[in-house]
Amino acid sequence: MIETRSLAFGYPSGPQISFPDVSIPQGATLVLRGRSGAGKSTWLALAAGLLSATQGQITVAGQPLQALAPAARDAWRARTLGFLPQKLYLSESLSVAQNLALVHFAAGLRAEPGAIAASLAALDVGDLAARRPSQLSGGQAQRVALARAVLLDPRVLLADEPTASLDDDAATAALELLRATAQRCGATLVVATHDARVERAFPHAFTSQIGIQPPPVLDSPL
Amino acid sequence: MKNIANSARLAWRYLWARPLASALNLLLLTLGLAAITMVLLVRAQIDRAFERDLAGIDVVVGAKGSPLQLILAGVFHLDVPPGNVALADVQALAAHPQVARLIPLSVGDSYRGFRIVGTTPDYLAHYGATIAAGRGWVAPMQAVAGAQVARAAGLEPGARFVGTHGLGGNGHAHGDHPYEVAGVLAPCGCVLDRLILTATESVWQVHEKALAVDAEDSKALEAEREVTLALITYRSPLAAVSFPRYVNTSTPMQAAAPAVEITRLLRMVGVGTDVLRGFGAVLLLVAGLSVFIALWSAVRERRADLALLRMLGAPPGRLATMLICEALWLAVLASVLGLLGGHLLTGLIGWMLQADRSLPITGWLWLAEEAWVPVSAAAVAVLAALIPAVNAYRADVAQMLSSR
Repeated sequence: MIETRSLAFGYPSGPQISFPDVSIPQGATLVLRGRSGAGKSTWLALAAGLLSATQGQITVAGQPLQALAPAARDAWRARTLGFLPQKLYLSESLSVAQNLALVHFAAGLRAEPGAIAASLAALDVGDLAARRPSQLSGGQAQRVALARAVLLDPRVLLADEPTASLDDDAATAALELLRATAQRCGATLVVATHDARVERAFPHAFTSQIGIQPPPVLDSPL
Repeated sequence: MKNIANSARLAWRYLWARPLASALNLLLLTLGLAAITMVLLVRAQIDRAFERDLAGIDVVVGAKGSPLQLILAGVFHLDVPPGNVALADVQALAAHPQVARLIPLSVGDSYRGFRIVGTTPDYLAHYGATIAAGRGWVAPMQAVAGAQVARAAGLEPGARFVGTHGLGGNGHAHGDHPYEVAGVLAPCGCVLDRLILTATESVWQVHEKALAVDAEDSKALEAEREVTLALITYRSPLAAVSFPRYVNTSTPMQAAAPAVEITRLLRMVGVGTDVLRGFGAVLLLVAGLSVFIALWSAVRERRADLALLRMLGAPPGRLATMLICEALWLAVLASVLGLLGGHLLTGLIGWMLQADRSLPITGWLWLAEEAWVPVSAAAVAVLAALIPAVNAYRADVAQMLSSR
């Protein structure tokens, strides 16, 4: 489950962003809507424990994040979260399988080639394990990134703009893959998007509209 | 421990993901370390050779001239002697109460560039030389060949050879006075390896017979017999105070103390090795800078990878460890290659000097000081990795992930 109350965050050199309260059960889907720059990525970073809220509380997968010290947050993130960033961040220095092994490295685990192969196979990219990311098509790369996100069976799967720059057919396929994968893992799915197609693809999802609140207009004495 | 092993493995992959840059950095580090290794080895062997050849010789007495030349000619056989001295004067010194032992040396002829030295069996005893084949000389015109000479010139007991006047090998050949090889010395790692030894009388015979026209002439030459110099061991260390002054003021000869002259020489050689060592240090510094630049740009190139690793839950310390591991891999590889290269270079120098018949230097020698080579390589690598590692440690992941 994910729950936020009076959540707000302010960058040192920017306005404070206040987020609407959210409460969704484990296994549900949350669509974060908002135009570019509205604060969706900031919400994801708060949910991942990469940023600390300046105000309010956020509980992810049953864990109040403000209660965790930075080191504990890193370990919690490795165990609990899967992340599908908009830029897929597949390292060109490594093969596809080695890219997935980064998950084990980051979590401080011994690499498990069997689990990596199974995760790639579950997304129909098992035969690409030895390739470099530059040798993949856009769709293949997204599947590899998704296989990486769910390698450790996360409780929560965060996806940032998964349909950006995809045509309608590809977007539908990508979203269906995301939904099926989250369901297979029993993970709560959070999709941050400015794309209206996403809401149509997840008709039963919870939604949260994120936007910078305009500063209050003061009556001027002039 | 497991995390360090994983970091090291991942660092290795990242290292060779940029093969050209890594190979160049490896080459730079290796060159610096090889230069330092070579200087260490050569310097240690020069010092040791000097110490070994000098052991037990308190003073060298010979013709007046440069004292350093006298030592180089008399003890190490690296230079030409300043001249000869009268046999009678040397014999008088042998009877001096402060002299425990006096070994006369007569130098002047050579065979294939190796010096023929007329002396007494005391000279062999002084260096503890043992005969490997044959026996010592018992009569004039018999010779004992040092190990290196025997190998290079193919001398073995029973062989005959003719000396050449002068030390260069281009002089007049004493064709009618052949030497017979009585024995060959076992290698002693000292100056004797490079000499052909014979009785002092042999040298006199060769030259007197070449010069004398009749019996009367021979008699006159006999009365004027000379030796080149004498190696002297004192009866008591106190002699060092008065004996050289006595020789220098009361006889036509000069006394040179090897310890003093060699300290002077090593100071001169030391400037050379210091320059080389400095050169090695500069190379190492350049290599360190290059590793720094490579890691710095790697951190910039890999900002996304590092951000992702943080996103995946890697603590910042693990990213810093990974970068340091990457630099340490270079240090380990460069240490192995640098040590090997340094020994090969030293071996090459030794081989060239051997052809030159001078100092015995080998690459097959391991010194305790060489432990500093991997230590300094690791220090340079860690220093070079420090700032990039701190950068990786401080990376603002949230901002990197949200930047489109």
